[in-house]
Amino acid sequence: MFVTPRGGRGTWWVLGGLTVVVAAVVGLSLGPAGPTWWRVPLVLLDRLPLLSIDSGVTDAQWNIVWQIRAPRVALAALVGAMLSLAGASYQGVFRNPLVDPYLLGVAAGAGLGATIAFAVNRDATATWPINPVPVAAFIGGVVAVALTYTVGTAFGRSRSATTLVLAGVAVTSLATAAQTFVLQRNNDVVRQVYSWILGRLSSATWGDVRLVLPYIAVSVGTLLLYRRVIDVLRVGDDEARALGVNVNQVRIIVVLAATLGTSAAVAVSGLIGFVGIIVPHAVRLLMGSSNRIVLPLSMFGGATFLIAADVPSRILTSPAETPIGVVTAFFGAPFFLFLLRMREARQ
Amino acid sequence: MNSLILRSVRVEYGGCAVVSGVDETLMAGDWLCLIGPNGAGKSSLLRALAGLVEFSGSVQLDGSEIRGLGARELARRVAFVPQEPVLPDDMSVTDYVMLGRNPYISTFGRESARDRDIVASLIAELSLAMYARRMLGTLSGGERQRVVIARALAQEAPVLLLDEPTSALDLGHQQHALELVDRLRRAKNLIVVSAMHDLTLAGLYSDRLLLLHQGVGVARGSAHEVLRSETLAEFYGVSARVIHEQDGTVVVVPQRSHGDL
Repeated sequence: MFVTPRGGRGTWWVLGGLTVVVAAVVGLSLGPAGPTWWRVPLVLLDRLPLLSIDSGVTDAQWNIVWQIRAPRVALAALVGAMLSLAGASYQGVFRNPLVDPYLLGVAAGAGLGATIAFAVNRDATATWPINPVPVAAFIGGVVAVALTYTVGTAFGRSRSATTLVLAGVAVTSLATAAQTFVLQRNNDVVRQVYSWILGRLSSATWGDVRLVLPYIAVSVGTLLLYRRVIDVLRVGDDEARALGVNVNQVRIIVVLAATLGTSAAVAVSGLIGFVGIIVPHAVRLLMGSSNRIVLPLSMFGGATFLIAADVPSRILTSPAETPIGVVTAFFGAPFFLFLLRMREARQ
Repeated sequence: MNSLILRSVRVEYGGCAVVSGVDETLMAGDWLCLIGPNGAGKSSLLRALAGLVEFSGSVQLDGSEIRGLGARELARRVAFVPQEPVLPDDMSVTDYVMLGRNPYISTFGRESARDRDIVASLIAELSLAMYARRMLGTLSGGERQRVVIARALAQEAPVLLLDEPTSALDLGHQQHALELVDRLRRAKNLIVVSAMHDLTLAGLYSDRLLLLHQGVGVARGSAHEVLRSETLAEFYGVSARVIHEQDGTVVVVPQRSHGDL
């Protein structure tokens, strides 16, 4: 029925990791400027210790690969892995296949934060040593989720998953309304904000990678550690509790970890839609719904998908950039429909 | 020797008592069956024993209050099968039974060889070996019930709580399921507490019946003592004939009212 994970779940980790490596090499090799594509794998091998290969890549070309493409690939891998793993985790703990990593208001909060940063980021902040947009987006996202969480759990005994989700909906509306208000008063930044909302990896630097890495590492580590317990939740809250799971505690830890990582990802890449829902579902369609396998494979799948989606995003309308959110939806939606159709046919 | 002692157990929902003043003493190997009309408090009492709802009064398992036990500790001592268990369609039988080992696996750990052995032997014991790798969604009602019981047994708990274990089964499978529980409780010396609607089956398999009405125990004892026409008429509002067979079986047959009811 499904590709069975028997015969060692470890195999899937290795395969997943390899897929990401292959995607990364492809991502490093293709782009509008730089060396001929087939020289890039050679120069990468050349850079490995103990290996010496004449790749014919000049230092200037290597700089393009290492300073421009590599941070993009690294950031795409981190953000893709994070959004997709967070999506799979949210869907697991809420037992709802439609929830996404932006559920608790991260997206709207970060959007508001970024909008405010753009609105005040005129001449005053131009000389600042760090770009205030990611910082403002991160703060906005975390504040929105803290608000959602405080409101959603304030109702004493009825502290249920539904209450939390409804609070997320309310906070999202509130933040979106505030964002619209700020935008209306600052027409000139509409274009910037809009392009931020569609997501971008174009300005990625190693600094961005270093900025988000700690948050994403903590979040990914926590979520992966909880994957077995998240799987127990598949039988429902009551039965999971009767099986010895502290359901509320697990749900809170998982939601907070996923949200922290998502906020960091959103802060540097904007709102890249689609990855958090489509990738986990594609994994489920192929591999079945065990969270013990869906979580790690969603992480690898998300990294691969976003690295791959970033390639057309820099080539299609070169020298301009196609927003990556457009690419993920444009290629992801038909692919997902294809998977869905395949499964229907198989049954 | 395991014992389960209930004293003045009371469960309230929103200030309204749905179970009150229940006292019972159960020893290893005992099977107590809770009977009573819908809404009598059977499920609520079972859920209280499983630690899923708050209760007042005392429930002692081998002398220690279950209220003080953590979720994992309680799950090692009490296994609960709800009326309508959730069986994810694309979870394999083995993975599902393995869920019963959760109280023994550390949060971030994975199942040990011992956990796998226990699951495999339970699957064999319950004649599920040929289904071990099948997905739950492909099983019939009777098979599903056996899988759920296997999961509960994987908890290796001395107390087994069953809420309407046979409600979704045909007559043959009802008998199979109850025979299975009966055999297992004798073999493993389990304390079984079940809620059941079929009074004849309840009397046939359990040692003792507790008739609940509006949350209060109104009759307790053997099938002979509890299953009486006048008792059933009073608490179920039913007109039923109670037949005492020679072999001791008590059969409850509803009587047709011919439109006089």
